Amino acid sequence: MKSIIQISNLSKIYKDAEMYSLDNFSLDIKEGQIFGLLGPNGAGKTTLISILCGLIKPTSGSFTIDNLVYDKNTNDIQKIIGVVPQEYALYPTLTARENLEYFGSMYGLKGNNLKEKVIDSLDFLGLLKFADKRIETFSGGMKRRVNLIAGILHNPKILFLDEPTVGVDVHSKNVIIGYLKELNKSGTTIIYTSHHLSEAQDFCTDIAIVDHGKIYAEGTPKDLIGATANARNLEDVFISLTGKELRDAV
Amino acid sequence: MLYKLWMSVYKEFLLLKRDMGGVITLFLMPLVLIITVTLIQDSSYKKGNESKIPILLVDYDKGNVSKTIFDNLQKSKVFSVVTAIDNVPLTETVAKEAVFKGKYQMAVIIPSHLSADLQEKIDQNVQKIVSSLGFADSSAVKPKAKLVNQKEVRLYFDPAVELSFKAGVMNGIDKMISQIETKSIYTAFQEQLGEEDSKFEQKSFITFKEIVPKINNKDITPNSVQHNVPAWTLFAIFFIVIPLSINMVKEKSQGTFVRLRTNPVPNAVVLGGKTVMYLIICQFQFYMMVVVAVFLFPRLGLPALNVEGNLTLMSIVALFSGLAAIGFGILIGTIAKTQEQSAPFGATSVIILAAVGGVWVPVFAMPKIMQVIAQSSPMNWGLEAFYDVLLRNGTFWDLVPELFLLVAFFVVTTTLALLYDKKKRAV
Repeated sequence: MKSIIQISNLSKIYKDAEMYSLDNFSLDIKEGQIFGLLGPNGAGKTTLISILCGLIKPTSGSFTIDNLVYDKNTNDIQKIIGVVPQEYALYPTLTARENLEYFGSMYGLKGNNLKEKVIDSLDFLGLLKFADKRIETFSGGMKRRVNLIAGILHNPKILFLDEPTVGVDVHSKNVIIGYLKELNKSGTTIIYTSHHLSEAQDFCTDIAIVDHGKIYAEGTPKDLIGATANARNLEDVFISLTGKELRDAV
Repeated sequence: MLYKLWMSVYKEFLLLKRDMGGVITLFLMPLVLIITVTLIQDSSYKKGNESKIPILLVDYDKGNVSKTIFDNLQKSKVFSVVTAIDNVPLTETVAKEAVFKGKYQMAVIIPSHLSADLQEKIDQNVQKIVSSLGFADSSAVKPKAKLVNQKEVRLYFDPAVELSFKAGVMNGIDKMISQIETKSIYTAFQEQLGEEDSKFEQKSFITFKEIVPKINNKDITPNSVQHNVPAWTLFAIFFIVIPLSINMVKEKSQGTFVRLRTNPVPNAVVLGGKTVMYLIICQFQFYMMVVVAVFLFPRLGLPALNVEGNLTLMSIVALFSGLAAIGFGILIGTIAKTQEQSAPFGATSVIILAAVGGVWVPVFAMPKIMQVIAQSSPMNWGLEAFYDVLLRNGTFWDLVPELFLLVAFFVVTTTLALLYDKKKRAV
């Protein structure tokens, strides 16, 4: 498989921080993978995704996305990636349709093409009849689904998902995961972070367990479970690699 | 890119449309403000003021001087004279208590024998002069000169009264007494010289005439409307800082700002959308104020704003002032992390800019240092540009320096906001 994201020796230390959030981090993500970035709080997952999405700059190192160098082709990279942040990132007083048409237009979608994509996506995720309701009236699960659509309207080659199912009920979760699998089948590479390890075990084709800004283990869920003594699932692998101590930090 | 800008403008329009309460406040409050302030301040500019300030007059003199003071005060368009409360003639103690308790703004106490003693003193002085010139009757027996002590007209002011009002009143009374003294001196000379028939000309030789600029051969006489409409319109325009900065802070807290940063759209386009939408609001605010000043003010007994031939230039000034206000709002919205930071800071800074800019107190009346600082307030630039149009018969070219400063302010504040955002992301 062709590499779609190549990260070389990426480091990030925030101003006034004592430790690196990313420490000489290297990773190769292949086209078509559903790649899970798993790690405890403060492991460096969000920092990595923020750098890859162009939200913050690395202290050192480099990466390419679809052979585009990050600091020279930022605009081109942003055209081929989709981002679904953990927070709802929608305008509460606008309707679902208005939100989606606005965010879609920021990717250059326009006219009937934009309108049809919005309708199709809302329909697929069971929200069409609520298209003209304000987001502030939606339940958490409904907002989560609109949040997802806002990141994928432009059919991105690569989709970054930060905890896409946090705080939603089982029904919404199944719809979201089902939709993401369909998207992956159509060619979108997915980079995904989550604390739901069982969900990651079922959903991801490949996983990297990250802690202290470094990769502790990488492989398919099956390989990782097989390589860890007495591990029955991904949670056992996770505990075995990252320890049991709490990771509260301020 | 233009399409993205248009969609950003439309999004801002929808956000405002969904907050009708906020929009109504945005348009209604400036109107309430401008009507209220103009009605209040109108008395300062009006020549015929209907609402006179009652002042207490305690007359222990009962002579010509006190009668002249009473008549002049009564004739003035500012004061109405009160000499008794509840039909009881005033005493100094009663007047003092009433003023110090804030029931009246001031009291004038005229001492006893003021008229007689003034006349006596003047007669003595005139007699001395006439004698020294050799005009006095040498056979006349000179009466022994009576010792006349200096007299004191006492003034009591309510401590809450403004210093400028106090100074104005004291100046007026001083002038009144000087005129009485002058008149008495002339009269005394006439009597001493025995020339009752050929009266001295007692009218002031030097008079004043204010020459005002003209538009279309009509005098431009400053009135409360011409001063207040531009000043408070600017104030309202700058208050756009608050909803705009709140809008930006909300985008940060909702996460939509982060989403937009990951989209292939420059921050400048997103800010451009806000600029265009809020600029439209500023223009609407301006035109609403003009409509009120032209059509509603005359119905409230205020002079109508004369926009004849001025509207285009006034619109240009409003547009550029709006730009400056929006740039400031964008900067605050970018730096502030919470609405609790942006709203109070925005409101307070607008009030400071207004105060410094001469919205309340004219710049020329400020201390030297503040006059220098005033030159750095965008509200001062806008106000001067409005005055150039409305009061100084200025052309577009006269406005260019102020318009340039307003645009420069927008460019600097917006650039600072963009740089700040970029720097934050590099941390």
